[in-house]
Amino acid sequence: MQRATAGDLAYRLLVRGLAGLAILILLAPVVIVVATSFTTSQTLRFPPPDLSLRWYRELFDPVRSGPIHAAAWNSVWVAGTATLAATVLTVLAALAVARVKRPSARILEAGFLSPLVLPTLSYGLAALMFFSVLGIRPSLNILIAGHLVVIAPFVFRTTLASLAGLDQTLLEASANLGASRFYGFRRITLPLIAPGILAGAFLAFVSSMDNVPVSLFLSNARTGMLPIRMWGMMESTLDVRVAAIAGVLIASTLALLLVVDRLTGLTRRMSA
Amino acid sequence: MSVAVATTTGDARPALFRGRARAPSGGPRVDWRLAAPLGLAYLVFFAAPFAILFGISFYADAEQTRLGLDSWIKFYGDLFYLKVVFDTLKLGVFAVVATTILAYPLALVFRAAGPRARQALVLIILTPLLTSVVIRTFAWIVILAREGVVNQSLMALGLTSTPLNLLQTELGLVIALTQIEMPLMLLPLLTLMSRMDQNLVDGSRALGASQARTFFKVILPLTLPGWIAGATLVFASAATAFISQSVIGGARLVYLPALIWQQSTVVYNWPFAAVASLTLLFAVLAGIMVLGLLGRFARTD
Repeated sequence: MQRATAGDLAYRLLVRGLAGLAILILLAPVVIVVATSFTTSQTLRFPPPDLSLRWYRELFDPVRSGPIHAAAWNSVWVAGTATLAATVLTVLAALAVARVKRPSARILEAGFLSPLVLPTLSYGLAALMFFSVLGIRPSLNILIAGHLVVIAPFVFRTTLASLAGLDQTLLEASANLGASRFYGFRRITLPLIAPGILAGAFLAFVSSMDNVPVSLFLSNARTGMLPIRMWGMMESTLDVRVAAIAGVLIASTLALLLVVDRLTGLTRRMSA
Repeated sequence: MSVAVATTTGDARPALFRGRARAPSGGPRVDWRLAAPLGLAYLVFFAAPFAILFGISFYADAEQTRLGLDSWIKFYGDLFYLKVVFDTLKLGVFAVVATTILAYPLALVFRAAGPRARQALVLIILTPLLTSVVIRTFAWIVILAREGVVNQSLMALGLTSTPLNLLQTELGLVIALTQIEMPLMLLPLLTLMSRMDQNLVDGSRALGASQARTFFKVILPLTLPGWIAGATLVFASAATAFISQSVIGGARLVYLPALIWQQSTVVYNWPFAAVASLTLLFAVLAGIMVLGLLGRFARTD
C-alpha cells in the first residue's frame, strides 16, 4: 500500500542509526566498568591486559578496605530504614489522596512529589543548616531523615498509580457484606496494590543507595556513605577498587531487580 | 458488624473506602488523618530546612553576626557568579537536547518492536538507571581519558595522532551526562509512545504523508507531554549533577553545585552558599516552568 520513497528510506536509516547509538551509549559504560574490574593492571586501561580477581580480593580484604566496608554498611542501613519508613508513611498518604478530585488533594500530591524535581543539592545544604541550627550532631539518624524525604516520592508515585487502577466495586461489595474498613484494606486493597508499593520501594532503596546530594552534606568521616567514599577514591587516585565496587553493586542491583521483577512484573508492565 | 454500621459511618471513613453515591457534591475528601504522618515529616524535614536556608541567606557576613543583603549583592553583582549560573543552565539545556536526539529514535524503535524486543529494550534502559550515578561517572573517565577507549579507537583508525583531551571539557561532560540522564527521558517517552493510537499514524501514512512528516505532524505532538516530563527530569538532574560535573568537568569548569559545596564546606561562608543554593533552586524551577508553558502552548495549538 505504501511506497517507500528515498526520503522515507533516509528517515528509517537515521532513526535506526540513532537508536543504535543510543543503545551503545546506554550499555557501553556498564560493560566497560565490569570488564575493567577484572583487570590485572594497576591502571584503568581498557581492554584489560589480562583477567583476574585481584581487585575483588583487595576490595573484600577487611583490613585494607575497612573504611569501604563501613561506608557500605552505613549506606545499606540508611537505605533500608529510610525505605521502610518512607513506604509506611507514603502508603497512608496515598490512601488519603487517591481518587479525591479536590484542589487540596492536588496540592498535597504536588508537595509529596516535589523532591523529584527540586534540586536535592539545595535541599542537602538546607538540611545541613537545619540540623546544625538545632544543634543536632551528624549521625546516621539525620541521614535517614534526609533520605526519607527525597526517596518518598518514588513510593508515592507507584502506589498512587496502583490505587487509581483499583476496582472500587470490590471495596463497596466488601463493605456491603459487613467487612470493616481495616479488613477491606487488608484483604482487598493491600494485596492489589502490593506490586506497585514493592516496585516503588525498590526504586526508593536504589535511589537512597545512590544518593549523593543529601549524603554530601549530612555525612562526615564517622558516618561515611558509599557513594561519597567512591567519589573520594575517584578524585584522589584512580583506584581500581572503584571498578570492583561497581561490579558488586551492579550484580546485587540486578539480582534485586530480578526478584522484584518476578514479584511485580515491573519490566512486563513497562513494556506493555 | 452489619450493613447498617457500614453505611452510617459515612463521612468518617477514608476517602478510598467511600462509595461514590454517598459522597458529597464534590466527591470524596482528603482524609487528613492518613495524610498527616507524611505531611508532618515533610514539614519538619523538608519545608523547615528550606525556611532556615532562606533565613541564613540574609546574614551579611560569613560569621553570621549581621543581617543584610550583602551576600545577595555579592553574588548578583559579580559577573563571574552570573556566568556560573548561565553555564549551569546551559549544561542542563545541552543535556536535554542530546538526550532528545537519541531518545526519540529509540522510542520509535520501541514502538514498532514486538513484545520480546520491548522487554529487552526496557532492561537495556533500566540497567544504566540502576547503576549508580557515581559508577556511570567513573565509567566515563575510563572511556574519555587520554589512554581511554575513545582515544585508542580514534588513534587506531588513524583519525588523530595525539590523544584528544575529552576529560575536563564541556563536550566530554555533555557526552557523559547524555548517558547518565537518558533513562529519565526515555521512561516517560516510552509510556506515551505505547499509549499512542496507531490508527493516527497509519492514517497519516495512508493519506500520503512521508515518514518524517508523520513524525513531526502526528507522533511528536502526541508524545509531547512525555517529552516535557522527561526533559524536566533531565534538565533538573543535569544542572545539579555534582559528582559528574566535578569529576569529569574538573576544576576548570565551575557549576553552581560545586560552588555551593565549596562555599559551604571549604570556605565555610554559609550565607553566600545559601544564596547560591537558592539561586540553583530558582533557576531549575524557572527552567521547569518554561518547559511547562511549552506544553500548554503546544496543547492549545
